[in-house]
Amino acid sequence: MKSLVIAEHEYGQLKPETAKTVHAAAKVGADIDLLLIGEGLEAAAQEASTISGVSRVLVADSAEYAHQLAENCADLVVKLCADYSHIFASATTTGKNMMPRVAALLDKAQVSDIIDVIDAETFKRPIYAGNAIATVKSLESQHIITVRASAFDIAEQGGSAPIEAISDVIASSNSAFVSKEQTESERPELTAADVIISGGRGMQNGENFKLLEGIADKLGAAIGASRAAVDAGFVPNDMQVGQTGKIVAPNLYIAVGISGAIQHLAGMKDSKVIVAINKDPDAPIFQVADYGLVADLFEVLPELEAAL
Amino acid sequence: MKVLVPIKRVIDYNVKVRVKADKSDVDLANVKMAMNPFCEIAIEEAIRLKEAGKATEVVAVTIGDKSAQEQLRTALALGADSAIHIETEDKLDSLHVAKLLDKVIDEQQPDLVILGKQSIDADNNQTGQMLAALRGWPQGTFASKVELNDGKVNVTREVDGGLQTVALTLPAIVTTDLRLNEPRYASLPNIMKAKRKPLDVKNAADMGVDLTPRVQLVSVEEPSQRQGGVIVEDVATLVSKLKNEAKVVS
Ligand SMILES: Cc1cc2nc3c(=O)[nH]c(=O)nc-3n(C[C@H](O)[C@H](O)[C@H](O)COP(=O)(O)OP(=O)(O)OC[C@H]3O[C@@H](n4cnc5c(N)ncnc54)[C@H](O)[C@@H]3O)c2cc1C
Ligand SMILES: Nc1ncnc2c1ncn2[C@@H]1O[C@H](COP(=O)(O)O)[C@@H](O)[C@H]1O
Repeated sequence: MKSLVIAEHEYGQLKPETAKTVHAAAKVGADIDLLLIGEGLEAAAQEASTISGVSRVLVADSAEYAHQLAENCADLVVKLCADYSHIFASATTTGKNMMPRVAALLDKAQVSDIIDVIDAETFKRPIYAGNAIATVKSLESQHIITVRASAFDIAEQGGSAPIEAISDVIASSNSAFVSKEQTESERPELTAADVIISGGRGMQNGENFKLLEGIADKLGAAIGASRAAVDAGFVPNDMQVGQTGKIVAPNLYIAVGISGAIQHLAGMKDSKVIVAINKDPDAPIFQVADYGLVADLFEVLPELEAAL
Repeated sequence: MKVLVPIKRVIDYNVKVRVKADKSDVDLANVKMAMNPFCEIAIEEAIRLKEAGKATEVVAVTIGDKSAQEQLRTALALGADSAIHIETEDKLDSLHVAKLLDKVIDEQQPDLVILGKQSIDADNNQTGQMLAALRGWPQGTFASKVELNDGKVNVTREVDGGLQTVALTLPAIVTTDLRLNEPRYASLPNIMKAKRKPLDVKNAADMGVDLTPRVQLVSVEEPSQRQGGVIVEDVATLVSKLKNEAKVVS
């Protein structure tokens, strides 16, 4: 058994999802190779080689892969993957975009978003916005899997895997990168943060998210949002936490002016400690909150910032 | 220009599903069903392309049992010109769905296929990408903006770090994200009119696709429930609990 893990990286840096996905692959028990596809990957490859449990780091570094377009990246994976029993990617937007393409080219079904490994073919995954957990068995000869990184610990450091260059360069013919609007932030990323404070429709506008910033500064927190807050244009789309946004599991999650719809809960209910601030005592968010504060957020947020 | 929109009948998004006592699956008996919300957004986008004179025809297709025709009628009421029902009682993997849709494309020859990014029951997020691979077409997944202009489509995608725009050569696959548009409601006259629009029925078993399950559902369980917490009186109590009880704030 051999596993190929497709690394998650951005701007030349490895993302924490990679070491978590390696941890999931390690639970299968197979030999693990890590594949980086992109451009300017030297530093990321060095870092990847120190992840414990990785046998080889394969690096496909080319301008053709700079934007990690699904079309040519999937073709490359298909070209390289014949000897692997398992192919893993994290269930990030990059992994979700590319992996089903890999699977279909190989004529294999995919198991999405696993949260646990039972054995080499059997996995647990949430369905229906996390209201049920399915145990599924892949009946394929080669298993194509995306991993919900928040459900796995980071694999340890201490390895020293050899780095090998992959020379195949596949051009993308019918799809081209046009532009990227990067959300600029000095804060930790949502999926990597220890503490998250999220705002919902109750925040009323984007300007009021400043009330969360002071608190986030004090706690070293990332800032998230509900779908309603994103739809209303208060904050950018990549801040959405939930079933169809980002899935997070920090030590502390503070939900402010968020009602607690099942789609939002699906993205944060595995947080260690949940705090809810809402003026409606019947808001469903209180059913999952360890500590609830029934109050007007505009009164208590400044108090909270001062008290921390 | 023809647009094909695959839609799925799923549990209504407001309903909290329950696991069956024997853990074989979730219980969908007498549960309110609806069109997958991402598919509503897909239909809406196709209709807007038609209204803008960029598309000439919108075809909706669903794969499922007889009851799924209800969602096809909804699609017709919203403005699709015709509908195709591929009938099956089987539980299909996304790969099967993609292969059946591939056959539909052979016949319909659309220039653009708009799917939802994910069905809210299985939460797979696979079918559009798989279909693109089977056809060798480019894909614009998680779309928040779709711009068609001669032979090309520019798709702005909601990605983890922000927004990415790609240019795809037609024919192409697009999958919808939440911000692409706000779907309309069907008006009563349009619901009446939809009853007379063409709805073609085919049997999935006759389409030359091997529908043997590739992934077996072993069991389904309830997620672990969180213990209900406490309501604190004021900010001071909250901060003290976070520091001394939960020890998540120093
Ligand atoms: C297909 C689909 C996918 C979805 N995916 C997601 C997802 O990934 N993530 C997500 O979050 N949602 C998602 N949703 C939306 C979800 O169903 C809810 O509509 C959304 O989470 C509601 O956001 P909210 O709690 O901010 O707004 P609301 O439900 O409107 O709640 C606002 C809350 O703020 C409180 N409030 C108002 N003013 C104050 C004040 N001054 N002080 C204190 N409290 C106040 C109110 O009491 C209320 O509880 C999805 C929906 C669909 C159909
Ligand atoms: N049974 C089906 N019939 C028609 N379209 C489907 C079906 N299943 C999935 N799709 C399409 O594929 C999208 C993504 O579904 P999934 O890959 O299952 O998450 C849906 O939003 C639909 O557009």
